[in-house]
Amino acid sequence: MTLSAIIHPMRYARIIISLLVILLTACAVPAGGGSGQSSSQPQTTAYIENKGSDTIVNLALAWAETYQGARPDVRISVTGGGSGTGLAALINGTVDIANASRQIKQEELDQARANGVEPVEFIVARDAIAVIVHPDNPVSRLTLRQLSDIYSGKINNWTEVGGEDRPIVRLSRETNSGTHVYFLETVIRLGDKTNTTLFSMDTLLLPSSEGIINEVRQNPNAIGYDGLGYVPDDLKIIAVAEAEGGPYVLPGISTVNDKSYPVARDLYMYTAGQPAGAVKDYLDWILSSEAQAIVAELGFVPILADAP
Amino acid sequence: MAQKKLNWQEFFIPRLIKASGYSAILFVALIFFFLLREGLPALTEVKLGDLFAVRWYPIESHFGILPLITGSLIVTLGAMLIAIPFGIGTAVFMSEIAPRWLREILKPLVELLGGLPSVVLGFLGILVLSPYLRVFLDLPTGLTALAGALLLGGIAVPTIVSIAEDALDAVPYSYREGAWAMGATRWQTIWRVTLPAARSGVLTAIMLGVGRTIGETMAVMMVTGNAPVLAIALTSLFHPVRTMTATIAAEMGEVANGSVHYHVLFFIGLVLFLISLVVNVTASSVVFKSKKRAERVLS
Repeated sequence: MTLSAIIHPMRYARIIISLLVILLTACAVPAGGGSGQSSSQPQTTAYIENKGSDTIVNLALAWAETYQGARPDVRISVTGGGSGTGLAALINGTVDIANASRQIKQEELDQARANGVEPVEFIVARDAIAVIVHPDNPVSRLTLRQLSDIYSGKINNWTEVGGEDRPIVRLSRETNSGTHVYFLETVIRLGDKTNTTLFSMDTLLLPSSEGIINEVRQNPNAIGYDGLGYVPDDLKIIAVAEAEGGPYVLPGISTVNDKSYPVARDLYMYTAGQPAGAVKDYLDWILSSEAQAIVAELGFVPILADAP
Repeated sequence: MAQKKLNWQEFFIPRLIKASGYSAILFVALIFFFLLREGLPALTEVKLGDLFAVRWYPIESHFGILPLITGSLIVTLGAMLIAIPFGIGTAVFMSEIAPRWLREILKPLVELLGGLPSVVLGFLGILVLSPYLRVFLDLPTGLTALAGALLLGGIAVPTIVSIAEDALDAVPYSYREGAWAMGATRWQTIWRVTLPAARSGVLTAIMLGVGRTIGETMAVMMVTGNAPVLAIALTSLFHPVRTMTATIAAEMGEVANGSVHYHVLFFIGLVLFLISLVVNVTASSVVFKSKKRAERVLS
């Protein structure tokens, strides 16, 4: 009697131990899989890790899908997280290509070099930052100076820029977003390097493009900004003038290419050192007219003049 | 044979159990040590006055963490104001008032609610709660501390209900019978006898609720607007705030290992750790005291 009662717990112990073993092996397999596969099946499958800017992530996904369709021997994994995230991953050596919607910062470059990584820059597309408001907002055009005053907290009511008597709710991406940094430098500081104006403290920092679009869609007080490729049709895009009295320009492929729309920038991919092998083939393809056609389809601006 | 097995078990199993018990201490110590190692350099890299300043803008080296601390505190406070009365009320109803069959239905439902991923609640918050709050309270935006507090209250309620209900349930039935025999009404019995008798368990429930609330990240990040504004007035509840957890979650992915920003984020983690330590120590000392008194009364 007593013996069987004692043996029982031991059975449990066995079950627990075998479960632990299963768990451990299950954990070990995917961890070892990434490196093991490439060595056991040489040259049949190349993996490219691609991470970074949320602005580029849809474009990078579209590229990856098309490219993998034509080249079944290449597997590309694309993740977002922000330009800073991608560059940090490149510096730490966990990705092959980092996507960035801004140029690499000096401190990041220093860190990369300290880690023995020399980032190489590729301009892969252009993007316009669209300033968006609720469709019911009567304001449809602003100068860069007005945008700067709105976001730095000098203008707090829509009446001051010709709108209704409503408080202005400023929306921005988080500080790890390349779009955020670009907007700060180009719009809030008006491109002046010595200017140290910051975002108004009560600017809402939303963790995703989706968050900004969602809030602008339902809140008539809100003003936000986002990559043109992400702005849905039901939001109102503000026409921006570079200076008082200048022409107010809506963002679009033609206005970005002729540089009349003032809030447009280059989009980058960074590799650790000069790319070779599958990564080089992929980057070469991205700069081809076939890949640049996808850029235009997604609402970004292709870098090749002859691309559609 | 059997004897041999027995010996083997006697040797092994108690040690295994002991090891898993001590491992909790070990892990907490290791985590604390790690936080100290990564967080303390922030104190030398950033001047103390700059660290406890009111401007948080890390990419331009503004590392004032006060808005983040006050943001976390105001959201937690708001959530507790909602969750404590609601959670304990529900627990009292389930344990003292509801008929047996209703309780059998309610309890698993509440526990199911507790298992709801906070990201799902975050979606509800961003799509339903915050637009509604903006219109209903006529606020500039619905992404406020209040929205975060409401969501977190909802997240903490199941924890509080579940544990408080267990504690109330453990109060011997004879206590209630005694109270009724002395002519106490049902309410008097609940308020004067059952709840005080279950005090330590109810307090534990509240503290676990607080812990859950102050550490919650995802739902808060989605609905509080994340604007690092100092939240010291009661009206701050109706403005956007940025919590410590949301800051760590939003920014940890971007920072380069070993930078000032990285150390400051770990320092925030340290502050968070210390806050929950204080909450827990206070709670357990209160619980400890109340137990002693109960023992005195019983003896």
